[in-house]
Formats: sequence, structure tokens, C-alpha cells
Amino acid sequence: MSELKVKPLKPRGPSAAPASAGVVTERGPDEIDQAELRAEHQERQQHLHASIEGLERETLLNMLSQMVLIRRFEEKAAEAYTLGKIGGFCHLYIGQEAVAVGSIAALRPDDYVMTSYRDHGHALARGTSPDEVMAELFGKAGGCSAGKGGSMHLFDRDNHFLGGHAIVGGQIPLATGVAFAAKYKGTDQVSCVYFGEAAVNQGVFHESLNMAQLWKLPCIYICENNQYGMGTALKRAMSLSDVSQKACAYGMASEFVDGMDVLAVYEATRRAAARARKESQPSLIEVRTYRFMGHSMSDPGNYRTRAEIEKYQERDPVKVFIESLKQKQIVDDATIKEIEDRVRAQVEHAIKFADSSPEPAPEELHTHIYANPIK
Amino acid sequence: MAVITIREALNQALREELERDENVFLMGEEVGAYQGAYKVSKGLLEEFGEKRVIDSPITELGFAGLGVGAAMVGLRPVIEFMTFNFSILATDQIINSAAKMLYMSGGQFKIPIVFRGPNGSAYQVSSQHSQALESWYAHFPGIKVVMPSTPADAKGLLKSAIRDDDPVIFLEQERMYGLKGEVPDDGDFTIPLGVAEVKREGTDATIVARSLTVPLALKAAEELEKQGVSVEVIDPRTIRPLDIETIIKSVQKTNRVVIAEESHPFCGVGAELSAQIMERAFDYLDAPVKRISGADAPMPYAKNLEKLALPDIERIIAAVREVAYL
Repeated sequence: MSELKVKPLKPRGPSAAPASAGVVTERGPDEIDQAELRAEHQERQQHLHASIEGLERETLLNMLSQMVLIRRFEEKAAEAYTLGKIGGFCHLYIGQEAVAVGSIAALRPDDYVMTSYRDHGHALARGTSPDEVMAELFGKAGGCSAGKGGSMHLFDRDNHFLGGHAIVGGQIPLATGVAFAAKYKGTDQVSCVYFGEAAVNQGVFHESLNMAQLWKLPCIYICENNQYGMGTALKRAMSLSDVSQKACAYGMASEFVDGMDVLAVYEATRRAAARARKESQPSLIEVRTYRFMGHSMSDPGNYRTRAEIEKYQERDPVKVFIESLKQKQIVDDATIKEIEDRVRAQVEHAIKFADSSPEPAPEELHTHIYANPIK
Repeated sequence: MAVITIREALNQALREELERDENVFLMGEEVGAYQGAYKVSKGLLEEFGEKRVIDSPITELGFAGLGVGAAMVGLRPVIEFMTFNFSILATDQIINSAAKMLYMSGGQFKIPIVFRGPNGSAYQVSSQHSQALESWYAHFPGIKVVMPSTPADAKGLLKSAIRDDDPVIFLEQERMYGLKGEVPDDGDFTIPLGVAEVKREGTDATIVARSLTVPLALKAAEELEKQGVSVEVIDPRTIRPLDIETIIKSVQKTNRVVIAEESHPFCGVGAELSAQIMERAFDYLDAPVKRISGADAPMPYAKNLEKLALPDIERIIAAVREVAYL
């Protein structure tokens, strides 16, 4: 297991010392030096190479397939949106695939996953059928939320996917409650929650992490720091923009992870899951990532330069992972083609399924308001 | 039947439901070691321990959300707000999460949770600690809103609320915790949600009252009886779902309605009741529906002003006489 991605923090609580110490970066996340990014990229590839060796081929291929599925699914969703088949807000996950895939691969099927409105990737990584996700985006009865939730509210009870939540930070106390319930019932399940870095500015982030550490709840808080809260750059919105350091305020363990490296995310989540399961301790993981598309489909993205986006695209998590797997001779071009073909068929099927799924019946307007309706 | 206070009745309901179902837990500020700011949870920490009776930090949005999350995966939280004034901080989780989860998940995640605590006016605590919030919560489909006015109702309705599979806002009244009444001894005594009660039968006019105004309406009815006016008093007990049928039946009999409430009038529950009565029983009305509400002003501190801001027996009597054209 590489030690590269653990960033030790100076002021931290007694329980928070990471198992291993690694590279300390004094630079804040605000100043992006592109030459340095490239140099880091080299280091990170070495890390990927090292990590690959410790994993089964099947595990690696599953992760790759999921990342490719999310990428192609989102591309197709963007297309369907421009065709008017998807309405409302639609937040794509392109560029961030390594976060959901790497972290969810480190969880058990009976653990719980909850996220924000940028939720397509998490649902797919959790095993929700692409057919049902696409049908939900299309507002159809066959959708995973019966057409009532839409893009921002995907739910899948069977796969322990507890939803996309559309008020920034709203899912953070909910997931804390799920962890509370796991501890209350004496199971060793873990609750894993995702949120953007902008959610960290909400009061409820603080409220939740305080309770989680106070009561030692088995919760993993994963901050997907894509560096922009809609159109506002992190440095314009956060006084201390090193998110992982915020854990110090609660004496909580924290890590800083490269979100373009699926295996770094996987390893950090495995450490956090073990801490949650064995010691009933929460963790905060800051995953530095980047979204290649706008905040939502209606965002032209004028607040970022083309050059900035291209630099991050050099480190495209799907591309980087494929390159590393090839170099380590885990996959060849034929395997990649096989995966791409299979995913293309899956996504085509999802579109067909969503197209042909009926609209919700008019009477569905008034169902599911109460579990126990009176009169 | 034992005669106990509303405080004791609520305490019994909590104890019995904690005993009955291990998925029930009580969380809130000062509910444990302090025994409850209003002593509703007295003795429960000693009996059920720290796992089931949990003192929370002062973090309303946080623990309201924690409760909703716990309910998503099968627990039955009872979340106490020290007063409902503080629930305002938690409205995002109550309205955006609790009320809508079942719907936006296409029926996958029910939220069996009770948010309870004192609502409405207290004694000389000024604007931020004296307000009635039932119309806020009752506005939203997905939430049930309960307002008991007697010890028996408090106990029977709280037990039903805890057993219910939906989010329930259970509004107690700060001034009424000491009110006494008979409560059945049966440990399995419950009162169904969504059923109004005719608290007093009459023929000349109907007063629809809830929570604090129920005892006021009953005293007004006694007084009016002496004046030769027979008044029916109805307590909906559950604001949502509203048992409008019982109210309409009474209106069809008496043809005159007074609504008594301590909340502000604007967009209040009284306004909703007036609209529904007009829609369903317009032809039966012999006079316009009359509302007696709390003042359309923040609650003042000064004792004399506070008294002016709240409905009282005299104003209710005058209103009944007005709709009866006396």
C-alpha cells in the first residue's frame, strides 16, 4: 500500500494520527502550478503502478469497467439532455469517476452510501442498473425512484444507495444518522457520504462532524473537492481552503487524496472503512478532483480557462488508469475494446429502456406521500 | 382512571413506547441527565440508559437530520426540541428531508420519526420564545401535525405518533404541561391520528379550537350556556391530516363557526379551516366564519401587552355572540 497520498496534518487530535506519514504539501489548493501538477502526475503514476500490484486483476477490471460505464453513461445523458429527453437540473460526473468507483469498491454491499445531487456515478458504482438510472433521468415509471426524483434524487434501497440529496450539505447529517443507527443496532456497517467542498461551508457539516466524533459513529465523510462551488472558485468561498484540516476541529482522522487516482481513493477509503468498522471511528477524506463539464448542463463554465481544464484532462482518471494497467500488462487493447463495447451496449440498452418505459400514471402524483395514509 | 398532568401523560407515553420497541430512542437537548427542560423525560435516562435517551449538543439542524437518517434505516427516533422555536433551525431537514424522502424515492424510504416539544406562547419570554408554528409544518404534504389539549389526548396521540410510519410534528404547549385530566390506565391505550373530537356538544354555534384555546373555548361555552347559547367545541387534535368531516357535520348543525387559535392569523390554520368550511358548507352558514387569533405582531415581553396578544375567554365569547347575531 502506498503512503504517498496521506497528508499528515499538524494540529490534530490524539486519535487522528494516520498509520503512515507521506508527502507534505505546504501549498494550499488555491494556487495551481501546472509544472508541479505534471511532476506530481509522474509520482502518482508510480503510486498507481505500485497499487496495481497488490490487487486482483478482476478487482481492477471491475473498477475500470465502472469508470468507463460512468463516463459513457454521462456522455449519453448529456446528449439526451440536449435532445430534451432529460429535464431540470442535470449534474454530470465526468472527471470525477475515480472518486465514486474507488471508494465504493472499498465498501461492503451492506454498507450505506449517500451523496448530493451529482449522483449518477455513485448510483452506477453502487450497482444500480443503468437502465433504471437513465429511466429516472427521463422521468419514467421504470426509473429507480419511479420517476419522482429525477437526476438529483436517485435512490436504490436494494443496493443500500440512500439517495441523491439536493440541498447542499443536506445529506451530511442524514448519513451521520445512518451511522448512528448502525452503531445503535450493533452491526458493523459503515455509512459513507459524499459532498462537494462548497458543502463544507454549511453549518450542518460542522454540526454533523462534531456529533460523529463525539459519539464515535462509523461514518466516512468524503469531500469531493472539484474546486468550484458552481461557478465560485474555492479560494473565493473558503477562508481555510485545506478541507482535510477541518477535521482537526473535531479531533477526527483525515486524509488528503488525489481524486484522479482511483486506487489512492480506494486505499484511503479502505483505511477509513476499517477505522469505522473496527474502532467505530469516523473519518474525513478530502479527495481533490476536477469536473470536466459545467456545474450542470445549463452551465457554460465561463469562470474556468480552457487551459486549466486541459491540464486536468491530461490527468483524466479513466485515461490514467488505463495507461497504468496497460503498462503493468494487466490489460491490452483487446481487453479495453471489450470493455468499451460492453459498456456501449449497456448504455444503448439504457437509452432504449428509458425511451420505452412508460410515464408514471397520473394517479402516481398522489402516491408515496404517506407510508400510512389516513383517510 | 388516574388523574395526571399532560407532562406525566407524555412521560408515560414515552416510557411505554421505549419499553415496547427497542428501535425507539429519545434525543434532544437536556432530555437525559437534566431530566428534560420541562421534565417530560423525567426518569427515562435512569430507566433506559444512555443508548436510548441521548443528550444532544445544541445543534438542532444536525440532530434533526441525524434522526431522519436513522429513520431511513429502520429506527424510530423521537426528537425533542426544547421548544419549537428552535425547530426553525432544523426546518431544512424536517421539510426537505423528512417530508419528502418517501415521495422522491418513489416509495422506498419511509421516515418514522416524531419531532416533539412545546409550541406556542410561554410566559413573558418575548418574541423568539413565544410562537405557534403549526401552520408552517401543516403546509407540507408528507408531514403529520398533532396538537393535543388534554392529558389523555397527549398520551394516546403520542403513542400513535411514535408507532406511525410517517414523520409527525407533535406540538405540546408550554403553558399546558401542568394541566390535569383523566387518563385510561390501559398500557395499550392509543388515540388514532386524524380523528377530531367533539369536546362539548351544542346546537347554536361551533368553536373549533386546538391546543391552548381548547380549555378557553370550553370555559367560554360554559359561560355562554348561562347566557342561553349552546356551543359545540371541536378539537381537531390532528391538524394534518385534518378531520374536516367532523367539523363540517357540526357546522351543518349549528350554522355558525368561531375558530380560536393562539397563532398569528395570516396564512394560519384558521385561514385554512375557514376556506374549507366555505368550500364544503357555504350553504349551511348563517354568518361569516369568525377567527380569534393571536395578534398579528411578534410576541411582546410586557405582561399587559402579552395578554393583549393572546386569545382569551372574553374575546371568544364576544365572537360567538357576534356570529349568533346577539
